[in-house]
This record gives sequence, structure tokens and C-alpha cells, in this order.
Amino acid sequence: MNLTLKVWRQKNKNDKGGFATYQVDGISHEMSFLEMFDVLNERLIQKNEEPIAFDHDCREGICGMCSMFINGRAHGPWTRTTVCQLHMRAFKDGETIVIEPWRAKGFPVLKDLMVDRSAFDRIIAAGGFVSVNTGNAQDANCLPIPKPDADESFSAAACIGCGACVASCKNSSAMLFVSAKVSQLALLPQGQVERKQRALDMVAQMDAEGFGNCTNTGSCEAECPKGISLTHIARLNREYLLANVLE
Amino acid sequence: MTKLNSKIPEGELQTKWTKYKSSVPLVNPSNKRNIEIIVVGSGLAGASAAASLAELGYKVKCFCFQDSPRRAHSIAAQGGINAAKNYQNDGDSVYRLFYDTIKGGDYRSREGNVHRLAEVSSAIIDQCVAQGVPFAREYGGYLDNRSFGGTQVQRTFYAAGQTGQQLLLGAYSALERQIGKGSVTMHSRHEMLDVVLVDGKARGIIARDLVSGKLERHFGHAVLLCTGGYGNVFYLSTNAMGCNTTAIWKAHKKGAFFGNPCFTQIHPTCIPVSGDHQSKLTLMSESLRNDGRIWVPKAKGETRKANEIPEEERDYFLERRYPAFGNLVPRDVASRASKERCDAGYGVGGSKMAVYLDFAFNTLRYGRIEANKHNIHNPSKEELVKLGREVIKEKYGNLFEMYEKITGENPYEVPMRIYPAAHYTMGGLWVDYDLMTTVPGLYTLGEANFSDHGANRLGASALMQGLADGYFVIPYTIGTYLSQDIRTKAISTDHEAFIETEKKVQEQIDKLMNIKGTKSVDHFHKRLGKIMWDKCGMGRNEKGLTEAISEIRALREEFWKDVRITGAQNELNPELEKAMRVADFLELGELMCKDALHRKESCGGHFREEYQTEEGEAKRDDDNFTYAAAWEFKNVGEWELNKEDLNYQVVHPSQRSYK
Amino acid sequence: MTIEQFITSSLGRKTVMAATGLFLCVFLVEHLYGNLLLFFSDGGAAFVAYSHDAVHSIIIRSIEVFLFVAILLHVVQATYLTRQNSVARPVKYAVYKVNETSSWFSRNMGITGSLIFFFIVVHLWHFFVPYRITGTVGGESSTNVAQAVKEAFQNGWYVSLYVVAVVVLSFHLNHGFQSAFRSLGLNSKKYTQLLSLFGSFFAFIIVGVGFASFPILFYFGIAGSTI
Repeated sequence: MNLTLKVWRQKNKNDKGGFATYQVDGISHEMSFLEMFDVLNERLIQKNEEPIAFDHDCREGICGMCSMFINGRAHGPWTRTTVCQLHMRAFKDGETIVIEPWRAKGFPVLKDLMVDRSAFDRIIAAGGFVSVNTGNAQDANCLPIPKPDADESFSAAACIGCGACVASCKNSSAMLFVSAKVSQLALLPQGQVERKQRALDMVAQMDAEGFGNCTNTGSCEAECPKGISLTHIARLNREYLLANVLE
Repeated sequence: MTKLNSKIPEGELQTKWTKYKSSVPLVNPSNKRNIEIIVVGSGLAGASAAASLAELGYKVKCFCFQDSPRRAHSIAAQGGINAAKNYQNDGDSVYRLFYDTIKGGDYRSREGNVHRLAEVSSAIIDQCVAQGVPFAREYGGYLDNRSFGGTQVQRTFYAAGQTGQQLLLGAYSALERQIGKGSVTMHSRHEMLDVVLVDGKARGIIARDLVSGKLERHFGHAVLLCTGGYGNVFYLSTNAMGCNTTAIWKAHKKGAFFGNPCFTQIHPTCIPVSGDHQSKLTLMSESLRNDGRIWVPKAKGETRKANEIPEEERDYFLERRYPAFGNLVPRDVASRASKERCDAGYGVGGSKMAVYLDFAFNTLRYGRIEANKHNIHNPSKEELVKLGREVIKEKYGNLFEMYEKITGENPYEVPMRIYPAAHYTMGGLWVDYDLMTTVPGLYTLGEANFSDHGANRLGASALMQGLADGYFVIPYTIGTYLSQDIRTKAISTDHEAFIETEKKVQEQIDKLMNIKGTKSVDHFHKRLGKIMWDKCGMGRNEKGLTEAISEIRALREEFWKDVRITGAQNELNPELEKAMRVADFLELGELMCKDALHRKESCGGHFREEYQTEEGEAKRDDDNFTYAAAWEFKNVGEWELNKEDLNYQVVHPSQRSYK
Repeated sequence: MTIEQFITSSLGRKTVMAATGLFLCVFLVEHLYGNLLLFFSDGGAAFVAYSHDAVHSIIIRSIEVFLFVAILLHVVQATYLTRQNSVARPVKYAVYKVNETSSWFSRNMGITGSLIFFFIVVHLWHFFVPYRITGTVGGESSTNVAQAVKEAFQNGWYVSLYVVAVVVLSFHLNHGFQSAFRSLGLNSKKYTQLLSLFGSFFAFIIVGVGFASFPILFYFGIAGSTI
């Protein structure tokens, strides 16, 4: 099939950037979206033009590196799918596709479609962990955990840190990301010791990074490739409130 | 005379590690504060090592080429992690895990290392649970297990089909905690391009800041390479796009011997190639073989759809050939069996290069169990299928979804089509018991080293090894070296060795940028991949390997004349990054073929067609090849072979049988 | 963490929004109760008595203070949050199909909120200020509040404004009600759906139909004939 691509090109952080239009033909339905980009890039190289820079790595939907805003949607039209898993079956012949980087103050653009998501790392560094040094642990089965709690914790831990929640939120809020980690650990007995401090510290870091606020619109949940639920945001609110009240 | 000293402690196998731990020299806390360690890579091995060493008090610098340490490819491991916990009461023990691993590796690994791995396996699970890794649990709240290939016990711990992700996020959180404290300095989007040696010891690295394109010098009293495997030499593999050999290859060229480079693992259950555009292959976890049955039609050139082929016309070839292990034979065995069927003309799908992985049988079985649980009497087949699918969905839902997204077929309805693909490399830098390479102060952990899996790795053991090395081995063994180094002050990065090494790296970059040829980096990578897959893949022979070596040499020459790298070097330039990686793959590929050519036997993943039993199984030659091949770099395309003899004191190598 | 740090943090501001929002919901119920007295065929006596108490009871006068503080806090925090949110994405998307993943009203609480605030000012100016301060309402020296309400609802413009405001309020509450519970962390998988259903019932039926019924029924002369 033949497509028209309007792709955001930006030389570096300080460049203003703008859209460039490319015609790509001979695209197979079997290709993944990123493979379509590979084809385009290969052709750009042949023409001695600079290929489009985009983040990608595992190409199996788990590393969270790929990040494109496709036709107004984070990770494109399929739900619960990262860009690398999006396949060209999702598009029609002759379609025009607009591709932009994640847009948020907390995610500055580095080049073309690549953004800097280190803010997420700093939020985790502020408290997204259980402080247990190597060697401290007791036997794993000393701590039975009800299956529903373990499952719910896992559903939060499934977050891949791609930033689609921020990208899709009208406020560029990072609440879904932060709540997933707070929730994962708050649900487990291992996370209890630092439970309050964790919520306080992670939220403080989130605020410092310049993300917006949650207005419960639900876009993040709808766009999350791993289907992280809004209930985790509610849990984060509760954790934060209790941490403040009980502190 | 061998130059290799594996430094395996003396004594009984069972007590080697215990004794080592209690006698290893220590570095006192105040000295640790003055010692800097560089960790390259932030996967399971790198993140766990960086975190654990920082917890001990060392000053750690950690590097990864991704935008965050959380994205290392360990994250993509699906099935699980082994540990000799024996929670299932099914007869597991440290010895059995050790034995299974040695046997699974086709008797080409070191007893001492493997036993240590089995010993620390339990502590890994404990550590991960304490970090908040949400492993799958039974209704009673205790940890659940499943089976993996090459074993007859259930010792695999898992978190749905995302075990690697959960374990890595655990290690990552430990790492981030140290970063938050300032004990680890993280350098994301940095690629290591060379090791700096001062007086023959590893004292730092040259890294390129991938965003600014600037070269940086970093000092460390010791350097740890935790940079994963080199499966991407095949271009198409289950590895992430960025996985590369550059770090260990540059170390190899600086004197670190390369161990068993030809030992690569071809994973039997991957989604088949769909066309020339293919950029990577997606794994379908080995855990699927718990409940999926592999088959091909009994008739050649079958044209009916899978579901229309009656039971008696199906050939469940793994169950037929290996009744004792059935669908759960080790990966090398399963891969070869699938290839054999496809080569013989029984393959399925458009390309005829695939076999079926079918869940229908176990869907019904689970359906019946569920029906009994819910007191449904005389359920219809539809009801059973419905109930069974729910169980399958809970176990493998994410994998099934992924399969459907990629192929457009619903695997609940029709069997999956699968084919083997390059997945893991057992080979890697040669290391001794301390995980130190032949370069003093240079360590290699995880997949990047050659140590524990011999000629074939068992499923769910890579996660175990990565974390064992990082959490429980290196924090002890590094003391042996660093305790001798407490008087060494930090070396200035203005030292001649740093300047010289940086200059060399800069020269290579300049050279690449100035070729201004006509073909893209990917073009060369794809061609290399094809040579490697065809001639150094699942089946190898002398003729093919000899041809491959000359083809790779020619390709390498062409690459250095005709590669085109767009953009500039002092900016974010993915093409330049790829070019530097492919340049190294082009050298490594040759060594892999050379190693495969010299090893005139079949063992594990290394299958020399000339050396097979009448039944088509791998035929080892223990008299002549019970050694680890450690290649010493002399010049590009020129190596010297060193042999480390493998002494089996406890296990007696025998013909590996899964029948 | 100090109170000040709490109420200036993102989640703290949201907590304040939620708490004041829910408090205002309670007030709406109370207000509706008062209004319903207009439907008694007693010539407005009950409503007049209620209004008299509302102005003279010391308890209600004290609660009134809280009410104004709540409105003020709700508005101030909303202004802060909206401003923060608008700078959180300095470069906007060229194509942004956020309507596919969330509803217009959930995204535009600021707009609906501003409209409501405007109405509140008008509404207070019309009834509350004169009655509470001068003691007279409606005509020159009339003190019959019921009469004043009836008169106001003869004015088509005012009725329209009132109805539009109630509709906007309903949508504001439809999102705000369940959202407030989430912001306060009072949310679990089990009750989420129930809460959101009740939120809609509260927003559209109790508040929406409830408040809109007065202007409409009075305008068309269906209610208030005895006043």
C-alpha cells in the first residue's frame, strides 16, 4: 500500500522543528509500524538524506522504548499496543499518517521523534523501591501473599514506563506511571515499611519534574499499552492522603 | 601450555563456594568508599551488580545505551527463573539443578561454576520477593512454579509471561535507590567504545554520549561488562534491536579471550519470518511447551488447514522421538527436530518453514478440570473449550495477544505457527571462577560471559545466571582483586592511556564517517546475518563454515569501503551507532565460524552435520573436545586458540538422552 | 510534611478540590430541600420561613462562612491547577484525538466550572445579596422571598440562564462527583461502577432535574399558583 507520512523532524533539543512529508509506497500489511519506518529510512539513506530518529529496542512491546504519537493517539490506533506491535493492517491504502513525538514539558524532544524520559527514572529513584540490600532477604515463602493481592500488584507492576500516559493526558500528568509503582508496592507486605514515605517522595519528585495534574479524564488508562487501571491512581491518592494525615 | 587459570577452588564440589566465601580477602568499608567501579550494561547482571556493589560502599558508575536502565533486554525474558527451592516437593535439590544444567549444556561447562549457580539460585528468589517482585502465587499465598525444558521437576518461578520484566524492574529499583542516594552515577544513552588499560589492568572506559556525540573518559579501579549476548550477529534474532557485541568485542581486542564463540542457542518457538522487511523475531515463551503440543502433518505437502487435519494424520514428532521429555526436551533438541521436519518437506504455513504449536488438547483438559471444580456435569465440548480457554488465557494471555497482533491469527482458534530463531549466546568472554577475564580488573557477567551454560542453556536459566552473577557472586569475588588495589589512587583521565585510547576510538569514528559509501549499515548487517544463519546456524558443516569465513571477510572489506553513514558524528546519530556495532559483528562472525569449524564434534547448540548419531542426535567427541575454547585476539581475522580443559569430578559425561 | 506543602502539592490541591467539591454537593442537596418547599401549596409560607431561618439562624450563618470559603478554595485551586496544566505541554500536538479516549466534559471542567461560577455570582446578586443584606428581595420593599422567586421565573432570559446553568452543573458534577471520590482515594474496583452510576444519578436527576424543575414549572405556571 501507499501512504503519506507527515513526520516531526527536529535536529536537536534547541531546534524549533517542523513537519516533513514523505510518500512511501510498496508497504506490506504484514509489516510492523516500525518496519515501515525502517523502509522509509533505508530509502532516505539511499537519497543521502538523514533518516528519522526514533526510539525503539525490543520490538516486542515490553521495553517501553518506542514512543510515537500517531494520528493523534499515543502508540497509534490499536488499544493496548505499543508502536512496535502496531502492524500496518491498521491502516488503509492512500492514508495520510501524522507522526509526532511525545509532547510534555517533562519529556523534552532530543531529536525527531526521540524524547528524554529520564524524569521517570528520577521519580523511581525518589522512592519506587523497597530498601532491601542484597542478602537481607528471608525465605521467599515465609511471606504468603493472598493471590488476589499478588495479582493486583502484578497488574500495576506490568507498567513498561513508556510514557504514553503522559503523552495522551491533556494535562501531561504522570499520575498513572507513579501510581502504578506506588500501588504495586503498597499492595505487598514487603512494601509496608516505607509505604508512607514512598508516596510522599515520589509525588514530590513528580511535581518537581513539571508534569501536570490528574483530572481523572481516563485518557491514560485508555492509551496504556499494558492496560494499567485508573484504580491505581485512586490508590495513590489514598496513599498520599493517608501519608499526610498520619505523618 | 595453557595460559588459562580458571582458579576453581580446591576441595569438594559442594563446599568450594562456601569455603571461597569465607576465605576471600575483604576490602574494609573505608577503603571501599575510595574505590570506583565501572559497570557497563544495566540488565539483570549489570543492574544487580551495580546496586549490590554500591550497597557495599563502592563508588559505582553505570552505563547503558538505552534511555533508561529499565529497558535492557533482560526485560523481554518471558517464561521464568529457575531455583532449587523444591517448594513443589518433587525431588528438586541443588545437586539436581546443577546436574540438569551440566547435562543440558551437553557437558561443556565448568562444574565449579555451575554448582555455585545452583547454590545461590534460592537466594535470588528470596531477594527478588523481598524487593516486591510479584511472582505468580497459589491460592494459599505461596509461590507457584511451572516446568521448563530439560528438567523433570517444577522449579521455574514466574510472573505471567513477563518474568524478565519483573525481575529487571526489581534490580532496576535497587539500582535507582542507589542512584537516588548518589552511590551510583548513571550514564544513560552512553555506549562504551573501548576499555582503557593502564599497566595491563583495566582502568576505565571510553564512552560516547549518544545524545551529544562526544567521547568521554571514565576511570574505574575495575570494569564490569554486563552487556549481554551477541545474537544480533544473525541480524534476525529474538534480541532487541540495540543488542550488540561492541563492549565485549573491544575488550576482546584488548586482550580478553573469547570463550566458545560458536555456542549459540536457537530457540525452537518463535514466530516465523513473514517477509524481507522483517526486523526482528518474536519469541513465544518456552513455557508454552508446558501446554502446547508440537506437530506437523504426517503427509508431505499437506494443504488442509490445521484444524481440518484429523488426529491420526498428525505427527507429534517430539513426543514420538523423545517419549520421556516429550514437548519439554531442551531447546537445541527441539529446534533441530523442527528443522529436520521442515527440511524433509513436512513444514506448514506459507513458507513451509514452520511447525504447529497446538493448545487444543490441553484446552480441553483444563476445561474438564474447571468443569469438575464448578460441578458442571456432562459439559458439552463448547463449554469445555470455553472453560479451558480461560485457564490458558490466565497463563499465557499476553503471549497469545502478542501472537495475534503480529500474525493476525487467533491462537485460541488455530494452532500457532512457530519456527526456531537465534536467541541466546552461551559463548562470551572467557572468565575464571571470579568472573574475571584474562585482562586483570576486567570482569564479565551474565550472558556476556561464557561461564555456566556450556553448549546449550536450559530455559529459565539465563535470568538465574544474570542475577546470580550480579547479586551473589561478584560482590564476593571482586574483593579478591580490589583488596590488592586499595593503595591505587584514582587515575586521572588525562593519563596517557586514556588519551591514547580515546584517540583510537576517534580515529575509528572518523574513518567510518569518511567512507561515504553507497550502502546502508542495515544492508551489510542483513547480509552478514544471512551468511551466519545459513552457514553457522542450526546446522553447520566444514564446507559451509569455510565459505562463510571468506564471505565474511569479503563483506567486511566491502563494508569498510562502501558503507554510508548519514548525519554527523557530534550529534545524536543512530546510523553511526549501528555502524560501529556492525563493524564489530563483522569481526565476531568470522571468529564464530572459525570456532565452529575447529570444533569437530556436535554438542548442544553446536551441530556439525558431519558428527551425528544414526538417529540424527548430536555426537560429542569427549576425548578430543572436552575443553572450553578461549580465543586470543592477535589481529583482525587472526586468533590463537587456548584450551581450558574441563575436568568432570562429579558428573560423568554420557550421551545426552531425553528419550 | 507541613499543611502548606500538602495543599500546594499536586495531589494536595486535588484533595482540596475534591473535598470542597463534595461539600458543595452537600450544600446543593440542602439548597434543593429548601427549594422544594416552594412546591407546597401554602402560598410559599414554608419557603419564606425556611429562608428567614437561613438568614437569622446563627448555625446556618456560621456554615455559610464555610460555604464561601469552600467556593473560594475550589476556585483558587482550580485556577492554579489549570494554569499548571496549561504549561505542562509547551508544544501542542498537531493532531490530538483525545476525544477518542476521554469525554469533553471530563477535560473541560475549567470551562464548565467558570460558567457555573458566573451563574453563582448572578444568582447571589439576584437573591442572596439583597435578601441577606437589605432584607428585601424582588420588588422595592418586598420581603416575600417566594414571591420574588415567582417573579424572577416569569423572566424568560433568567429562566433560560438558570436552566443552562443547571445543565452545565449537571455535567460538571457527573464527572466531578466520581472524580472527587477518586481524588480522595475512596475508590475500589468493587464500587467504582456503582459510584459512577450514583454520580450520574446525583448529577442529572437529583441536581439536574431537581433544580431545573423550578424555573420551568414556574415559567409555565404549573407550579406556584398559590404564591
